[in-house]
Amino acid sequence: MKKHYEVIIIGAGIVGATTARALSRYALDILWIEKEADICTGATAANSAIVHGGYDAVPGSLKAAMNVQGNALWDQLAAELHFAFARSGTYVAAIGADEACALEDLKARGDLNGVPTEIISGAEMRRREPQINPAVSTALYCPSGGLCDPWGATIAAAENAVMNGVELRLNTAFEDFLWDPDAPRRIVGIHTNQGDFYGRWVVNAAGLYADAVMHQAGLRPEFTITARRGEYYVMDRAKVQIGTVLFPVPSKISKGILVTTTLHGNTLVGPNAEEIANKEDVDVTAKGMREIWDGAQKLVPGLNRRDVIAVFAGLRPAGNAPCLTPGVDYHKDFIIEIPESVQGLVNLGGMESPALSAAPAIAQRVVELLADAGMTLQEKPTWNPLRPARPVFRHLTHEQQAALVAQDPRYGRVICRCESVTEGEIVAEIHAPIPATTYDALKRRTWLGTGRCMGGFDMPRVVDILARELGVAPLTISKKGRGSEFLFRRTKEAS
Amino acid sequence: MNKRLKTKYDVIVIGAGPGGLAAAIEAKKAGAADVLMIDRDLELGGILLQCIHNGFGVETFKEDLTGPSYAQRFIHDALTVGIEYWLDAMVLDVTPNHQVYVTGSQGGFRVVEGTAIVLAMGCRERTRAQIQLPGPRPAGVYTAGTAQRWVNVEGYVPGKNFVILGSGDIGMIMARRLTFEGAKVERVLEVMPYLTGLSRNYVQCLLDFDIQLQLRHTVKRIIGRNRVEAIEAAAVDEKWQTIPGSEEIIPCDTLLLSVGLIPENELSQKAGVALDPITGGPYVDEGFQTSLPGVFAAGNVVHVYDLVDWVTRAGQVAGRRAAQYAQCECVKEATTIPTAAGENVRYVVPHRVNPETLTTEEVMLQMRVTQPMEAAVRVEVYDGDTLITRKTERYARPGEMVSITLKGKDYDAVRQAQTLAVRVVRKE
Ligand SMILES: Cc1cc2nc3c(=O)[nH]c(=O)nc-3n(C[C@H](O)[C@H](O)[C@H](O)COP(=O)(O)OP(=O)(O)OC[C@H]3O[C@@H](n4cnc5c(N)ncnc54)[C@H](O)[C@@H]3O)c2cc1C
Ligand SMILES: Cc1cc2nc3c(=O)[nH]c(=O)nc-3n(C[C@H](O)[C@H](O)[C@H](O)COP(=O)(O)OP(=O)(O)OC[C@H]3O[C@@H](n4cnc5c(N)ncnc54)[C@H](O)[C@@H]3O)c2cc1C
Repeated sequence: MKKHYEVIIIGAGIVGATTARALSRYALDILWIEKEADICTGATAANSAIVHGGYDAVPGSLKAAMNVQGNALWDQLAAELHFAFARSGTYVAAIGADEACALEDLKARGDLNGVPTEIISGAEMRRREPQINPAVSTALYCPSGGLCDPWGATIAAAENAVMNGVELRLNTAFEDFLWDPDAPRRIVGIHTNQGDFYGRWVVNAAGLYADAVMHQAGLRPEFTITARRGEYYVMDRAKVQIGTVLFPVPSKISKGILVTTTLHGNTLVGPNAEEIANKEDVDVTAKGMREIWDGAQKLVPGLNRRDVIAVFAGLRPAGNAPCLTPGVDYHKDFIIEIPESVQGLVNLGGMESPALSAAPAIAQRVVELLADAGMTLQEKPTWNPLRPARPVFRHLTHEQQAALVAQDPRYGRVICRCESVTEGEIVAEIHAPIPATTYDALKRRTWLGTGRCMGGFDMPRVVDILARELGVAPLTISKKGRGSEFLFRRTKEAS
Repeated sequence: MNKRLKTKYDVIVIGAGPGGLAAAIEAKKAGAADVLMIDRDLELGGILLQCIHNGFGVETFKEDLTGPSYAQRFIHDALTVGIEYWLDAMVLDVTPNHQVYVTGSQGGFRVVEGTAIVLAMGCRERTRAQIQLPGPRPAGVYTAGTAQRWVNVEGYVPGKNFVILGSGDIGMIMARRLTFEGAKVERVLEVMPYLTGLSRNYVQCLLDFDIQLQLRHTVKRIIGRNRVEAIEAAAVDEKWQTIPGSEEIIPCDTLLLSVGLIPENELSQKAGVALDPITGGPYVDEGFQTSLPGVFAAGNVVHVYDLVDWVTRAGQVAGRRAAQYAQCECVKEATTIPTAAGENVRYVVPHRVNPETLTTEEVMLQMRVTQPMEAAVRVEVYDGDTLITRKTERYARPGEMVSITLKGKDYDAVRQAQTLAVRVVRKE
């Protein structure tokens, strides 16, 4: 018998995850698909992790509204789902008179968007961040800006959705819509590489591919999403300690190359912004690395390239949708809509920055749109908004560590030396509601292999644990799904 | 063993590689009442356990041993003299007052205190990020040491066609090992104009197996989304910039990196031990005492050695001094003479020498040269313009450690010296 879902969500980034979680509150059968072997592998996996205040978004745009509303929701979200979030405040640092003027403009924008900011002196900026370029003359401080762990946030929201009944299918790629033979513009399901699934509503949260999904429905042929790549350096926290989020004065196309702390303690430097033809091209380039390094010097001249422990790149799903507010001339707005010409589709498009910050508000907006379209939203009595935290060894005091190890000796066995990730944590993630079955999935959940040795030490041990816990041969264990296996065959002696 | 674990020891040794083993044995022999050795691995022996090739112990035993057999001799001694050890246990923290925080799957979480501490944590390999290799991040990019562990300890071959970046010893040794396993090593690329590992490894591991080494070449880009599919190699000029037009795509499914080792000193740093930015290891005196009284360091944690024999020797010195420290629990007020790197020398270890030591034992100064010199060289120790001692070597190469020994006869000169500057110059 064919199963019929009320809602099918395409895409498991932060937008899909917060949406799935928001909808899991109601008595609905929900299917959630993701083409990759794990959730959180797209834009959400590689970004600056900043929960923007919203002072710089174009006033009147949907982006501005969603950013400001989304920003306000993070405290509760983090408290319910137990992921790392801090309302740390953010800074834009200006050098010289021209840049100082730009700060005034930003402040004025913030006022229009309802985001309080404050201009502080160069001396005050240096007091708050002693390592900043001494040439910095003034700065804009936005107290509502914050930092999150985007992996943690997405995984926690997704897990909470699954705990509340959402059915998640990985390795499942949307290919086309299924249409009602009797009502030509009515969607009744989707066709995927894993077969057909039937549903009344489809939510398109496909990130970089949201345009392709719309086009399959014959919608918005003029709408395109361009991949705009941003490259980063990660610095060793043992060597570099930047305590703040520092932006330069923004350019036309991006917020500029920033130097920021992460909630994990490592300083992050980047991103640049380069349009890329291939939507899978997350290459780090020599040119990009030079560019971000030069950019970073402007904010913190004392950085030393020897302290770099990782490089990575992410792709912004940059759209070209015009803003719908009359009188606002802006052509990179979010799309959050139920299109009129087809039945059964919610489109979320152009989800570039600040879509991470805005995601909790976007999810709420989806719920409102569906309610307006007549969906019955009946709250489940069993709905549990809380996703319990699992122990993180490195966050515990020595006393707590001792107690945990006494309870379960696997927490005494450190597998990733740089990040102090224990076997207990790894095993817990392999058997979590959304099981981690690849190395990268474990990395995003536990931060193993993200330290200065880049997994050189833990890799063989993690492959071993994955194989043991999943009951498969080590040869089948992969970095990020099929085709990325680590090992080729047994040695002559061993086979 | 862990049930008997005490809370206080005369000497605690962190790391049970050849450096740690030698230190522990020697400390016990020198009169330390109790010595505890801690290692996060499941067995004693450190990195030697995965070095199943020969070439160990030529200096110490005048025998050509494999890594595990070399280690076994010290493990035997350690058990004989009654060293306590705790395996599968990670040291998380060392405090300036010698408290050691340890966690293990057996024995749980504990704090132990050592009157003296020997840091012997070895080193780790430089990674892709540290050399900032462009491209995506597929499976199939491994450090040579990780591949070595997979092949020699776990029994898995991590690929079919390999390119190795870097002519370090582990990379060359893995080139041979993988060839034995039926894998194809397409190329070894080295960005420097000279070999960075031992010449003997070049002959025995590459030349003998017809594996091509290209000097002044690097990986410009990695290709492949899920698994490595190829690398783009390119020649580099004097400024390490790739030369346009020299690019070549080499198909392969694995890239091994053998691009250097970094002493593992995060624990030392937490304890407050001062580190030398050039070696990446602690500043030490001739007894391998660090800037923190009672905290010693031995082996690759101090600077990267090319031969295990010198690691053992350094461990012995550190162990003996740690035992002496533990027994009198005092900081000896000593006048020490700083060493300095002179012409064609990158660094000198130890960083300072107490001349009084020369009345009872020799002091070996160890160094790495900055440039290769392929003709006879003189290794000379000067105090200003005054020559203290010198010796001749057939050649000097950055890949091979150079040493010179200060002896009893040098006592007077050393005692009066301002600095002990070492240089390595062409023999006229
Ligand atoms: C360099 C950079 C820096 C950024 N910095 C910030 C910041 O500091 N603050 C901020 O708020 N935002 C930032 N952003 C933006 C933010 O990362 C994104 O807006 C956000 O992650 C988008 O989430 P998403 O869920 O829409 O997309 P994604 O995370 O890309 O998720 C989409 C998912 O859909 C899946 N999918 C696609 N097609 C299909 C299909 N056919 N079938 C099934 N599944 C499919 C993909 O595999 C993917 O997992 C940054 C982005 C980048 C790249
Ligand atoms: C991969 C590799 C291959 C090598 N091959 C050769 C070779 O072929 N020939 C040769 O002569 N030399 C070789 N060397 C050099 C070799 O490292 C030295 O000769 C010697 O083994 C170094 O000894 P060590 O005791 O200083 O360090 P190691 O042997 O590395 O021992 C350090 C020990 O400390 C432990 N440790 C570290 N941190 C902690 C902690 N926080 N808690 C608990 N335990 C800890 C580690 O588990 C390890 O067992 C190789 C080195 C490497 C890295």
